[in-house]
Amino acid sequence: MSTALALVFFFAPLDADQGFVQKIFYVHVPMGIVALCGFVAGGIFAIMHLRSGDPRWDMRSYVAIHLAIVLAVGVLVTGSIWARASWGHWWVWDEPMLVSFLIVFLLYATYTPLRFSIEDKEKQARYASVFAIVAGAFVPLNFAAVRMAQNFVHPETLGTTTGGMPDKMLLTFFVALVGMTLLFITLWKFEMAAKHARFRLRALRRSLAGEDEFVPIGRSAAPGL
Amino acid sequence: MRRTVGALLAKDLAVELRTRESVPAMALFSVTTYVIFHFGLDRDRIDGDLASGVLWVTVLFAAILGVNRLFVAEHEQGGFDGFLLAPVDRTALLVAKALGLFCYLCVVEVVAVPAFVVLLLGPGPGQALPELVLVLAAANAGIAIVGTLVAALAIQTRARDLIVPLVALPLLVPVVLAAAEATTPLFLQEGAEALPARWLAVLGLYDLLFALIAYAVFDFLLED
Repeated sequence: MSTALALVFFFAPLDADQGFVQKIFYVHVPMGIVALCGFVAGGIFAIMHLRSGDPRWDMRSYVAIHLAIVLAVGVLVTGSIWARASWGHWWVWDEPMLVSFLIVFLLYATYTPLRFSIEDKEKQARYASVFAIVAGAFVPLNFAAVRMAQNFVHPETLGTTTGGMPDKMLLTFFVALVGMTLLFITLWKFEMAAKHARFRLRALRRSLAGEDEFVPIGRSAAPGL
Repeated sequence: MRRTVGALLAKDLAVELRTRESVPAMALFSVTTYVIFHFGLDRDRIDGDLASGVLWVTVLFAAILGVNRLFVAEHEQGGFDGFLLAPVDRTALLVAKALGLFCYLCVVEVVAVPAFVVLLLGPGPGQALPELVLVLAAANAGIAIVGTLVAALAIQTRARDLIVPLVALPLLVPVVLAAAEATTPLFLQEGAEALPARWLAVLGLYDLLFALIAYAVFDFLLED
């Protein structure tokens, strides 16, 4: 990630007509790609959860979607800044990428309220998984539909790599993409570890408190997760 | 399977016929929405893309009302338990509910579309009626499938009335988009043009895809 930042600032050439602001592209686009992949990964974890019934898969799906939502906020903010700088507006409607990303973001923004409003833990996990699968399948479909609806104005940076970007920019972009992916995976692992630790701690606390108040019968009854 | 679906569908339609809970409210809502659009847009007659947008937004919001109520009777009166005890395929409930919602939407549109033509649409109903019915049917199927799925998802939550529109509206954006694009040439001032087949294909694909997804995940929404 820091390599990517170094490359962004010192290596990549300045864009001819956008100048320095264009550098936000190296944060914005990888972030968007990684966020979408995170949503889809959440859906795949959810499939695993429904197939195996193992709550750990639900936890993985939850953490992936949660992080992807955070990244998506970053994408919308950086995208707005970039749009303001290069097109002169904070928001442009005739831009399929922006619109479909906003729709996906709005959909996933309901993930947390949905989980929150189901009390039964096991049911909550199952319903959240169903939602994650449906929404994960919706992501590519939505992009296809919105892209069909409008003329394509985005510079097709990845589709036409031969004419789109000079080599130096392309290299920087891919380093940034890899860096962002690694960042996502690291954060995901960290969050998983933190959640595990918290559950262990809670289980231990509960068994300790149980020892104080009751005769220690349920000592080993700590939840597995 | 077919008999189960038939029985469930007949039950739903009979309940709706006797209580008249959803459909009249949806129809009334859509007519009210036209009045609101009339004042909101400050236009007497609309045509083209504006007309098709108004029609589809109205249909979508009216559909949300129906989706909200779709599983309420089951939830409140233990219909889910009864259904789960019966030795039948669970997909039957999905199919029956989706067909029921499809019927509701068709009935609502029998009221809402003529009202739209009378109240707002600039060019007359014209000769584009068969194409319009085709688009309506394709979009209804999409709304019915996604609506049933979302209704089943939301019925167990505490904030059902909030969750349904929040989840269903983003999911249905492609339907509205494709349907609105498809009907735009039908409402043109200078006479209807041919229906763009591309958008109909998008609608069909969307219906198919979500039917498969709903079929795959619906069982998990009923397990208890």
